[in-house]
Amino acid sequence: MDKQSRWAQLRPYMMIAPAMAGILAFVIYPILYLIYLSFFKYNLMNKDKSKFIGLDNFTQIFTRADFYKALSNTMIYTASVVLLTMFISLLIAVWLNKKSKINVIVQAGIFTPHIISIVSISLVWLWLMEPNLGFLNYVLKTLGLPPSQWLQSSKTALLSVIIVSVWQGIGYYVLIIVAALQSISPSIYEAAALDNASKWKVFYKITLPIISPQLFFILVIMTIGSFKVFDTVQVMTGGGPNNATNTIVYYIYGFRTTNIGYSAATGVVLMAIIGLLTFVYFRLLSKKVHYQ
Amino acid sequence: MASIAFERVTKTFEKNVVIKDLDLKIEDGKFTVLVGPSGCGKTTLLRMIAGIDPQTSGKVLIGGRDVTRIAPGQRGVAMVFQNYAIYPTMSVRDNIEFGLKNNKVGKAERNQLVETISSTVGLYDYLDRKPSTLSGGQRQRVALARAMVKKPAVFLMDEPLSNLDAKLRAQMRIELIELHKKLGTTFVYVTHDQVEAMSMADTIVLMNQGVIQQEAAPDVMYRKPSNLFAAQFIGVPPMNVGELGVEGVRFGFRPESAVLADEAGDEHFSISGRIATREMLGSETLYQVRGANHAFMIKCTEDLFTVDQEVHVGVAAKQMYFFGADGKRIDEDHHRYRDYMEALRGKRNG
Ligand SMILES: Nc1ncnc2c1ncn2[C@@H]1O[C@H](COP(=O)(O)OP(=O)(O)O)[C@@H](O)[C@H]1O
Ligand SMILES: [Mg+2]
Repeated sequence: MDKQSRWAQLRPYMMIAPAMAGILAFVIYPILYLIYLSFFKYNLMNKDKSKFIGLDNFTQIFTRADFYKALSNTMIYTASVVLLTMFISLLIAVWLNKKSKINVIVQAGIFTPHIISIVSISLVWLWLMEPNLGFLNYVLKTLGLPPSQWLQSSKTALLSVIIVSVWQGIGYYVLIIVAALQSISPSIYEAAALDNASKWKVFYKITLPIISPQLFFILVIMTIGSFKVFDTVQVMTGGGPNNATNTIVYYIYGFRTTNIGYSAATGVVLMAIIGLLTFVYFRLLSKKVHYQ
Repeated sequence: MASIAFERVTKTFEKNVVIKDLDLKIEDGKFTVLVGPSGCGKTTLLRMIAGIDPQTSGKVLIGGRDVTRIAPGQRGVAMVFQNYAIYPTMSVRDNIEFGLKNNKVGKAERNQLVETISSTVGLYDYLDRKPSTLSGGQRQRVALARAMVKKPAVFLMDEPLSNLDAKLRAQMRIELIELHKKLGTTFVYVTHDQVEAMSMADTIVLMNQGVIQQEAAPDVMYRKPSNLFAAQFIGVPPMNVGELGVEGVRFGFRPESAVLADEAGDEHFSISGRIATREMLGSETLYQVRGANHAFMIKCTEDLFTVDQEVHVGVAAKQMYFFGADGKRIDEDHHRYRDYMEALRGKRNG
């Protein structure tokens, strides 16, 4: 009896043990180790020569100009990508929401970039954006507009990376928003028509609030994702020209062999920023989100 | 206030003709109930009045004015949807005053209207609640208040009570009748439930497969159904019908106009049979009596018989109906009426 009841008590813990072990090994431990590393001047060649230096790495981070450059790049990138993607996805989703054969095809087309590796996409855009032979400048010239240096000028490089990220992300978010829009009962729109509501009023008084949980989700997910941008930068610019597209994760990556303690500290800072931002989002916006 | 008229109205959904060349007049200020089985086109008709799914051809007139080119919001109609269609993210107050805001009604007047209407429907204490926190009956009242507050000339309701439990439904029926009396506007009420139609309507419009079967007051509809469909749709259980065996004519009588007895009586129509089922409903009892050729439902106010008992069913001559081969009711002054009556007497104990 006693044995049995003890087993009954233990069983739930046994059941979640494998998953917890995984989380401990692959999530909790790495995070703790990252924090641990951030307090050291770590020597990769000889572990014994690693030196505990307290908060020195952090002091260094906050006094180095290149960190602030990477941080501001990342913030500009994140803000632009999030806002542009959300705005364009919403626009396209509202348009695609009207059921027709063409729309189904367009929707599939828009989604396609999402299933292609971001590395391939970056490479293709690299060619498209080539200043002399690239397709984009060809189009600009044909339209009688001045060509751009795209990735090769520090003025336009970040914008170019942003364009590629937005282009890649839109399809997925359009899909989420279209699904949200289609869950709205048509009779709500009919009631609004009988209430003499203008199209615009229907959109911001009815449609937007109803899909606000999905929009909020997209906002949080995209902010976190964009803050961690790496692959596009790595393939397309390598952080250049002149650090114009250097982002935090790329910055961390830059010290992977030379100063891993410093990398780790920057990683901790990034984690803190993302955590803080998410917290602020929930604080400021969750009241405006209508969960039903 | 306004009357409504349909003139040769046809409605098709992708080649599927739902309503064809329909003519109908709905009187100003009356409580008109559109009733019929599911899928007969009642909602379609209502939506054409509202303008949210306009007719394919023909004219719809509201207050004598052709509204074909007028947007739903400007027709002076309000509608209560079957699923209520309340704006889920707005508070009760916002739901009610959304239409007023769109019609640029001033804040003071708006507040006053919202408060009066919400008191009328008993939602005053719930004005700041979100619809998700309300019960089914309360949501229904929000939908009602939202329609009332606009002071529409025409009030459209699409099965507004079908999602409520039986008790609440009975209560709301009475409240709607009172509301109609108070407002005096044109009500067009759609239901598939003939009890609702009978209890609320000034005029019933009975439809089947997109065609109007009969337009009449409830008592006329019950006493003088124009055809077999009307006779069997109105009344529970439906009218008993049997073959007369002459010219394809069928006879019929209502379950409540028959009398059951142990001995054969001297009624005009009389058969014997055995009680197959008995349903005791409280104030009345339903028996199914199986004879040699027919099975009839009989409704009695007294509960005197048991299953498997041999009984005699009797119906007085003036309670009998006859329907021609085309389903139309044969009137008493029809030249063959007496012959059919005689034929019926011949079926005694058959
Ligand atoms: N949007 C639509 N598209 C195609 N067919 C429809 C549509 N709406 C209604 N119908 C058809 O029209 C007929 C009448 O429907 P409806 O008016 O909703 O019936 P009800 O009397 O039950 O309210 C049904 O056969 C239905 O299938
Ligand atoms: Mg319907």
